[in-house]
Amino acid sequence: MIPQSFQYESPGTMADAIALLEKHGDEAKILSGGHSLIPMMKLRFATPEYLIDINGIPGLSYIREEKGTVKIGALSREAEIEHSDLLKKHFPIFADVTKLIADPQVRNRGTIGGNLAHGDAANDHPAVMMALQATVIATGSGGSRSIPIDEFFFGFYTTALKQNEILTEIQIPVPPAGTGSAYHKLERKVGDYATAGVAVQLTVDGKGVCKAIGIGLTNVNPIPLRAVRSEQALLGKVINSENIALAAQFASEDCNPSADLRGSEEYKRAMVAVLVKRMVLKAAERAMGK
Amino acid sequence: MNKVITVTVNGVQQVLEVEPRTLLVHMIREILNLTGTHIGCDTSSCGACTILLDGKSVKSCTILAVQANGKSITTIEGISTEGELNPIQEGFKENHGLHCGFCTPGMIMRITELLKDNPDPTEEEIRWGISGNLCRCTGYNNIVKAVLYASAKMRGVPTASTEPEFV
Amino acid sequence: MIQCKTSKEISGMGHSMKRKEDVRFLHGKGHYIDDLKLPGMLYMDIARSPYAYAKIKNIDISEAMKVPGVVAVVTGKDLEKYNLHWMPTLMSDTQMVLPTDTVMYQAQEVAAVIATSRYAARDGREAVKVEYEVMKPVIDPFKAMHADAPVLRTDKPGKKDNHIWHWEVGDKAKTEKVFKDAEVVVKQDMYIPRIHVSSIETCGCVADYDKVNNHLTMYMTTQAPHAIRTVIALVAGHVGLSEEKIRVVSPDIGGGFGGKVPVYPGYVIAIAVSFLTGKPVKWIEDRSENLQADSFARDYHITAELAGTRAGKIQATRFKVLADHGYTDASANPSKFHTGLFSIATGSYDYDTAYMEADAVYTNKPPGGVAYRCSFRVTEAVHAIERITDRFAFEIGMDPARLRMKNFIKKEDFPWKSPTGWIYDSGDYHAGLKKAMEAIGYDALRKEQIEKRKKGELMGIGISTFTEIVGAGPSKDFDILGIKMFDSAEIRVHPTGKAIARFGTKSQGQGHETTYAQIIAEELGIPAANIQIEEGDTDTAPYGLGTYASRSTPTAGAAAAVAARKLRDKARKIAAYLLEVSEDDLVWETGKFYVKGAPEKSKTIQEIVFAAYTNHPQGMQAGFEATHYYDPPNLTFPSGAYICVVDIDKETGAIHVRRFVAIDDCGHIINPMIVQGQVHGGLTQGIAPAMYEELIYDEDGNILNGTLMDYLVPTAVESPKWETGHVVTPSPHHPIGAKGVGESPTVGSPPAIVNAIVDALSPYGIKHMDIPVTPFKVWKALKEKGVV
Repeated sequence: MIPQSFQYESPGTMADAIALLEKHGDEAKILSGGHSLIPMMKLRFATPEYLIDINGIPGLSYIREEKGTVKIGALSREAEIEHSDLLKKHFPIFADVTKLIADPQVRNRGTIGGNLAHGDAANDHPAVMMALQATVIATGSGGSRSIPIDEFFFGFYTTALKQNEILTEIQIPVPPAGTGSAYHKLERKVGDYATAGVAVQLTVDGKGVCKAIGIGLTNVNPIPLRAVRSEQALLGKVINSENIALAAQFASEDCNPSADLRGSEEYKRAMVAVLVKRMVLKAAERAMGK
Repeated sequence: MNKVITVTVNGVQQVLEVEPRTLLVHMIREILNLTGTHIGCDTSSCGACTILLDGKSVKSCTILAVQANGKSITTIEGISTEGELNPIQEGFKENHGLHCGFCTPGMIMRITELLKDNPDPTEEEIRWGISGNLCRCTGYNNIVKAVLYASAKMRGVPTASTEPEFV
Repeated sequence: MIQCKTSKEISGMGHSMKRKEDVRFLHGKGHYIDDLKLPGMLYMDIARSPYAYAKIKNIDISEAMKVPGVVAVVTGKDLEKYNLHWMPTLMSDTQMVLPTDTVMYQAQEVAAVIATSRYAARDGREAVKVEYEVMKPVIDPFKAMHADAPVLRTDKPGKKDNHIWHWEVGDKAKTEKVFKDAEVVVKQDMYIPRIHVSSIETCGCVADYDKVNNHLTMYMTTQAPHAIRTVIALVAGHVGLSEEKIRVVSPDIGGGFGGKVPVYPGYVIAIAVSFLTGKPVKWIEDRSENLQADSFARDYHITAELAGTRAGKIQATRFKVLADHGYTDASANPSKFHTGLFSIATGSYDYDTAYMEADAVYTNKPPGGVAYRCSFRVTEAVHAIERITDRFAFEIGMDPARLRMKNFIKKEDFPWKSPTGWIYDSGDYHAGLKKAMEAIGYDALRKEQIEKRKKGELMGIGISTFTEIVGAGPSKDFDILGIKMFDSAEIRVHPTGKAIARFGTKSQGQGHETTYAQIIAEELGIPAANIQIEEGDTDTAPYGLGTYASRSTPTAGAAAAVAARKLRDKARKIAAYLLEVSEDDLVWETGKFYVKGAPEKSKTIQEIVFAAYTNHPQGMQAGFEATHYYDPPNLTFPSGAYICVVDIDKETGAIHVRRFVAIDDCGHIINPMIVQGQVHGGLTQGIAPAMYEELIYDEDGNILNGTLMDYLVPTAVESPKWETGHVVTPSPHHPIGAKGVGESPTVGSPPAIVNAIVDALSPYGIKHMDIPVTPFKVWKALKEKGVV
């Protein structure tokens, strides 16, 4: 398995990278962690003429907190996210999700930016980012723009990124006290894409009422899906088994999974319901410091 | 157009000319003739090609040689002197952690980083830690045992019995 | 503890000697096929069919030939000129090397591209343009058996259907009568799916033909180098290659499991190209090719029936098999055994009536029928009997352990003749199961299960008490293409008392370099550390049939012991001469002969060997060498008692293997560490088909999981922590009482796992699950029963 020949560019600045993208148009691909792209190139499913490697551009790998927002540089590796104390402090969901992404070697290379920019509903971060209500920063020749995560995923392997834009940063609002988050996916074996995956972040008050909630679903829809009706079923309400059941039911109704080797459509819908239930409970437990 | 790259391989700096599409594993095996790094799949699934790139375990089948420019590479040939076994290699030998030997170099390279990050791992952590490396022969029990042995040895505490628990 | 007769320094049988082969592997200094580079070597890549069944209308190689570095493109038409486009299979069927007009399965070889580099060969492969006329394939083996099914093998003159052969054994009439009169009859359809060995090293070769000397050296991943040499001589003899001019070298092999027994088209094409170009040609499959085109294992559709009494006595079994062989029967079986040793399916139980029949059929799938760490279809047999036995226990409401205890063949009844004619050599099935039950705490688990069930939780306990049949085999019945299935050992002891021994087998990770040395150490008292073992080079090693079907210890291991005993006989003569006593006055004690009643008068084996070169008795041949070709008088019958405990997540169907205890009886143990290691590995290759692996095809014959992304080889996370133990009933007919072990766990464990899962689900009336049992299948079954 060997890729088709291509030209390799390794720009040293973002401006150079964008200029190369503009020059080569659709013939160019951005190489980040490469663990989605290079396998596709080896299988010759992807045959770019130009590969623009952004790994040499300084200043794209960081995880920091600024004014109530956690900012993650697009080149941050999954392993860095897995072990970040800052993320552990605010978002236990990252420890849940990264452990389930591929395997340790892949996590040493795979980047969070690539995971999102690939636009694959089977990837795990899209659902997490939806639950966390993240914002994606896209940089092009005219500067940077913010794209709310809900507007980022367009279709099968397509995102709101323009051809000459590069995903450079992810911004996540630091949640208030009383917030918890959790992710789980069912997988056929460790490192597999999800049979179904559910990400939840919620905030509860002292009475157990849900003050804020985000629920994202992995690999049960052609594009990454936010379970809006499920969120509504819990927002402003007490987190009890009745409301959770309703949220679970809505998510299973609103997703649109396809049957494959992982299971039937019916199974996946049922698993979405099970996981919504479990992840809401787990997030709520974490929110309440249990 | 070929690219000239500079890489430090097992401590020795090398200047090489490669096609951009040359996979790092092919550079290691075919150009540098370091054939201890193996290829077992096409899909980054098996981990047989695992090496250290700037100290991090990576699958060299899914990295381009040009991406290693300016970096340091460690392969199985670079972790100990011939004639001596380092604690991980010794752990494998003492605990029968290998059968056919094909997955072994990748396994050992992965474990090298695992034990650096987590010098005293639990069995569960070891199993998850080597989940990117497939072994078809051993059933993993003895690989886990080998890692525990290496961990103890590297921490300077007594190693557990290497006798088989074959009651 | 295993008793050892030798000191640790000698490390004969029973010592957990650390493996001699390990050091080179640990340094990355193994020599696997892809590590070999020869001057001027060309690389081959193979264009393959995207369709399962199609006519080839045209192959356009012009673009491929323009790719820089490409030196040739070879098609079936090119090979046809040399009559090399077809080859025989091990089962005397025929297989295409390259097609001239029709492709019969997806991923079949269509054209070989030869280039100066691996990359250029791949580019050339992409540039080969083939025009196909796609035909509707026959994928379902049951449909393939229909009278109106299209006939696939139109190359066979007069062939009017897709049926390959019919096989049967046992007493049909008597079996029918017992079934008719039985109090209880259970019947279960089960599918043992198509799987793939997927050794971490794929297959490959370097064919190196030397035109000047008309000599071929074939370096290749083969488990049976000698047989391969003979096959090459038979297939390519007409182009001038004769057997003495062929050398097959099998280097270090990265796992075999049966997948490296067959002759694949790629090997033959590489030889042909090397023959034509006079240059070495390397061909290394990639993983997709390996999974999609190389030999599969299993693929048996079985209907199992058991007749018994209400009180739990098994009276008869009946098995009907439909075997899907793909487009040709390329099974790796002994020639007279179409279904391999499936007739072991009567199991570990004492009854005298059985009947089995099987039919094989062509479909548009890849050919195969290899082991997957299994002795010739024994896994299928064990699955059938161990599942139907559990069905029977469930039906009559008897604990499956008690039912087994009640029906086991008794220790004192060995040798025991099975209803299908096998003579089981030895065993103590009661002791094995008892030990397994104690190790796992069977009674406590059953109590826990009752409590769990009250709470609606799913917990299951599954048992498999299997009998294997390995060590093929006695020459009166066993041959491959006419070559009898003996195996061989040649021992040469050098003047300083150090030895080299060579064998007709070929280790792929089994540890022969250590265990064979231990056998010889046991017999001669030479330290195993001083005995070098070599295999895999047909120029140096004695002829043998190779390593598969757990046959190395039963055949070549026996040969080593017998050859060593020949040397001991010679040593006795020399010792008698040196000590100036009669041979009868000498006593052997590991490593030396001493004079009866005068132990201070002795000669060590090293002194004796030195004398064989320096001071041998007149009239005796000098030197100290022996060879033996061992023809086993019977097969060996390893057995095991396995118990598995599972917990199932009712909502998701997720299965957690909580514990798994394996008690094996492989007879006398050469190296406990290696035996245990083999059991661990075999168990993981048992959980693999039980819960994860299956090659899946759609109705158009497209493989749906042709990479390791979707063909789910278990990692260390899926693989449980195995618990192992043993009982020993030595094989009475084997020189060292050993039986073979490499495959027992793969054979025996899947039914233990499935029986546990079905046991967990049984409160809801679920009586069977086909493997691989996945969470989805469990959930679906529970859904159908209205549980979720």
